[in-house]
Amino acid sequence: MIKKKTPRERRIILKHADDPNYSNRIQCYQREGGYKMLSRALKMKPEEIGEEVLKSGVRGRGGAGFPAGMKWKFLDRKSGKPIYLICNADESEPGTFKDRQIIYKDPHQLIEGMMIAAYAIQAKQAFIYIRAEFFEGARILEQAIDEAKKKAFCGNDILGSGYSCDLVVHRGAGAYICGEETGLIESLEGKRPNPRIKPPYFPAVLGLYQCPTIVNNVETLCNVKHIMEMGGDEFAKIGKPNNTGTRIWCVSGQVRNPGYFEFECGALTLGEMIFDVCGGLMPGRSLKAVIPGGSSAKVLRADERFSGKLKDGTEFDWGIEDIPLDFDGPMAAGSMSGSGGIIVMDDTVDVVQAMANINAFYAHESCGQCTPCREGCLWMRKITKRMCAGDAREEDADLLLSVANQIEGRTICAFGEAAAWPTQSFVSKFRDDFIEKAKTGKPEAKEPLQLI
Amino acid sequence: MISKKQKEAVTINLDGKEVEVPAGVNLIEAAALHGKEIPHYCYHPQLSVAGNCRMCLVEMGTPMRDRGSGEPILEEDGSPKIGWVPKPVIGCATDVIPGMHVKTDSETVLDCRESIMEFLLVNHPLDCPICDQAGECRLQEFATDYGRGYSRYEERKNVKPKRTRLGPRVTLDDERCILCSRCIRFCQEVADDDVLGFVDRGSFSTLTCFPGRELSNNYSLNTVDLCPVGALTSSDFRFKMRVWFLKETPSICPESSAGCNTLVSSREGEIYRITPRRNDLVNDSWMPDSGRSLYKEVRSEDRLTKPRTDGQDCSLEDAIGAAVAALSVGQVGIVGSCRSSLEEQFLANQLAKGIKAQKFLRGHFGDDDGILLSSDRTPNLRGTLLSGFASAYPKDNLSSLALALKKGNLDALVVMGEDLFESKVDADSINGIPIIFLGTHENATSQLAKVVLPTLTSFEKSGSFVNRNFFLQAFRQSVPGPAGLLPDIQLLSRLLNELVEESFQGSDLDEIWEDMARPASSPLKSLCFSDLKKGCVQLDGSKWASLPFVEKKALHYKPASPKAAKSS
Ligand SMILES: Cc1cc2nc3c(=O)[nH]c(=O)nc-3n(C[C@H](O)[C@H](O)[C@H](O)COP(=O)(O)O)c2cc1C
Ligand code: SF4
Ligand code: SF4
Ligand code: SF4
Ligand code: FES
Repeated sequence: MIKKKTPRERRIILKHADDPNYSNRIQCYQREGGYKMLSRALKMKPEEIGEEVLKSGVRGRGGAGFPAGMKWKFLDRKSGKPIYLICNADESEPGTFKDRQIIYKDPHQLIEGMMIAAYAIQAKQAFIYIRAEFFEGARILEQAIDEAKKKAFCGNDILGSGYSCDLVVHRGAGAYICGEETGLIESLEGKRPNPRIKPPYFPAVLGLYQCPTIVNNVETLCNVKHIMEMGGDEFAKIGKPNNTGTRIWCVSGQVRNPGYFEFECGALTLGEMIFDVCGGLMPGRSLKAVIPGGSSAKVLRADERFSGKLKDGTEFDWGIEDIPLDFDGPMAAGSMSGSGGIIVMDDTVDVVQAMANINAFYAHESCGQCTPCREGCLWMRKITKRMCAGDAREEDADLLLSVANQIEGRTICAFGEAAAWPTQSFVSKFRDDFIEKAKTGKPEAKEPLQLI
Repeated sequence: MISKKQKEAVTINLDGKEVEVPAGVNLIEAAALHGKEIPHYCYHPQLSVAGNCRMCLVEMGTPMRDRGSGEPILEEDGSPKIGWVPKPVIGCATDVIPGMHVKTDSETVLDCRESIMEFLLVNHPLDCPICDQAGECRLQEFATDYGRGYSRYEERKNVKPKRTRLGPRVTLDDERCILCSRCIRFCQEVADDDVLGFVDRGSFSTLTCFPGRELSNNYSLNTVDLCPVGALTSSDFRFKMRVWFLKETPSICPESSAGCNTLVSSREGEIYRITPRRNDLVNDSWMPDSGRSLYKEVRSEDRLTKPRTDGQDCSLEDAIGAAVAALSVGQVGIVGSCRSSLEEQFLANQLAKGIKAQKFLRGHFGDDDGILLSSDRTPNLRGTLLSGFASAYPKDNLSSLALALKKGNLDALVVMGEDLFESKVDADSINGIPIIFLGTHENATSQLAKVVLPTLTSFEKSGSFVNRNFFLQAFRQSVPGPAGLLPDIQLLSRLLNELVEESFQGSDLDEIWEDMARPASSPLKSLCFSDLKKGCVQLDGSKWASLPFVEKKALHYKPASPKAAKSS
């Protein structure tokens, strides 16, 4: 039998990230040809850039995978109000650590991508909303913006083109919900990051300060630069149709070599990622479950079969290892590629504890605005916490499911789904483990401590 | 009468029935027009839409169209095919579209409501037995109407502050708060005093005031009315009375010319609280805090409860007799009041005509808050114009009376509640002239009066006021007046009938209205008192448009520009 070759990374976004001779300073970036694309782009018509991005088919890397070119098309340009561009660098989805690599190691790439995007949508002002905990990241970005401004790559009259767009870094407020785009906008306006109701507050129409606003993820905006360098059509050849470009996958959990890896979309399967790229599991362990797209994505059980028809009509019948790593693969398997955070769990994991951990996160991060999410998340957390403390009841599994079902689809923002999906999938796929908890979970009764 | 702007109608399908609703309304309002309740907490018709409680979830669909041709897609039976939105939508933030289908009673919708009720209750303290809101609590009502009726919650409930003083008049129980943000939006959008907000997150979110601030604006008690649960309570009303014992009477706040519509809640002749009554043309659903405490005047220490002559208590008959005697000789002056009802002012004017008395009037002015406390601090200045008692705009004093007294032109005075000595009249200039004082409370003038005829407060009688927009509005008796006293209109018609030959003035409101509306030129023509039961009536005030009304631009009020007035 010929051993299959381990697929090779294709680094576009992270091309220089781990090069020992490369730093996050502008000299390095320019040495490698940085900002040349910006100066070419500024000579194009803004609509032409939008067209290229549309042709490239690039989908958002922040979680929902919405095509960026389409999003830009929805922008309300007739209102006469100023247009804003916001880079979502709030990266807080558990299991995700890709945007951080870009910001820390190659910030100018983001700035160049942003300024091209800003010019394309004719933004009056651009923001990088960065997660509060990235102190160093914010410092690096500020230094980079300073450097870029000195060379007229952003700010006033960029490269003498007459187009001006200031770029500022705004540090987040230390909450996951600040990553939801309308919550982010509220936070940027100086308020609590309570997500807004859609309709009517679609950012492309009523965003920052009620003006048309584009919010894109860090990785998405970096891609804009490469799309323009290659041309939209050429970019669309990378990866697969409807899954164009590369993606940075963040693998964490019980694999030997966790880390971040940039691959062409669909270039490898989940199995190849875990067993080849990441060196497989610890000795003697077997795979139990994988969360493919950050903690919000539905968990996949190691022995599940996934079958059905893809959008293009091809039938599939996959085991967990066969799931292609792109946008549509995990989706076809009933989950999602989300933010690209792959969390691997082996057979030593107590799934109820894993669930309790995830529930604790969502209960803590719910903004508390809308009833189902606010109350449901804490309730789920209380249930799983109690189960882990030895007070599990058999009916808890059904109760958890029911609470999660009462959240999904009834909330203001997608946090509701993000919190409900883990519970729905964990409980329905590992029902036995949850029932078992009720039988074995009771810790042995301790002799009461004699006080006197 | 103001004609409501005729809105276009659109047809929607509500639970299987085609119904017409005005364009632009949301689903909660649309359904309500056809007798369907979509329960809601955070939505309030006069505040911005927050969409956070999710109680109003319904199913919604629109007729499908072919992507290419734009042609409607039809079912086999020729009816339009409906594309149902896969998730339930909130009725408060969904406006009607022609052809839209809405389900308010499907299984999904009922399940949504059950689950929201369950979620709202899991951390709710349920201290109904000691909660002021009990009996008028939306949580209780909707739990009964839409809840599951049993609890699946085994865990410990959250603990939050139970007794926070948000300001001088409002107390907060955070455990009962359902985080609907109505109170916050009210402070931002209506009271223009952004002091409330949430701190902490998730289920631990807690309502509070910004550090160093308090909820002390003059509209703070509206948050108590708005609060769908017992989280915000009035420190004044707290623990005083179970609301189901209270009788509510529609009334009009006498505090200023804004004319806020109110409900006066009383039990066994005692008033416990005043709350605003919704009127979208006048006060929306709000009123100032200051107006709510006016009922305290009913039982205040300086209340006049006994008729007097020459400083001695006497019977009402004796007092009326003494008044008639004093007013039967010489030149009489009548000091009317912008606080009297329209009917009283009409009778005072009849009396003035009948005995050829000179008329005097003063206004009471203060600062305008631009909302519902207007600078004209009387409820019925415009009534004095409409009733014919006055034709000029009053000053804030009685200097013309002072002048008449100095000249020695007057032999007797009838004073309706005013204090002459706070109105630029010298005590010396009275010089022994008999004063007949009709009023509710003691003041320097009543103390000097020869005859005191105690009258009733607006809580103890019925009548009407004309507000700053010339809206004529009725108020009704909520509680009986002090024993043995007569309503002002009866006193005035007695005086009128005794002093004026061939006067047979009836003292019934309907009879007075017949008289008021009779003259062909009367601005009240073709109206009667019972018309006002249905709501306010806007009168034509154009005749007085050039008067220097003091009110500033405010909620539902725009001052007529003096220029426009002149040219018209
Ligand atoms: C609860 C929640 C948290 C989110 N957090 C992030 C985040 O940290 N970073 C991010 O880029 N997008 C996040 N998103 C997605 C954003 O709302 C938005 O879709 C994204 O920034 C759009 O960028 P893209 O189209 O380039 O992906 C989050 C969404 C939700 C519902
Ligand atoms: S779903 Fe959760 S996070 Fe989103 S608005 Fe509602 S409470 Fe806030
Ligand atoms: S707010 Fe309503 S449900 Fe809650 S304790 Fe008060 S009366 Fe009971
Ligand atoms: S105090 Fe009352 S009005 Fe304010 S948010 Fe809480 S429940 Fe709503
Ligand atoms: S009424 Fe609260 S969400 Fe509609």
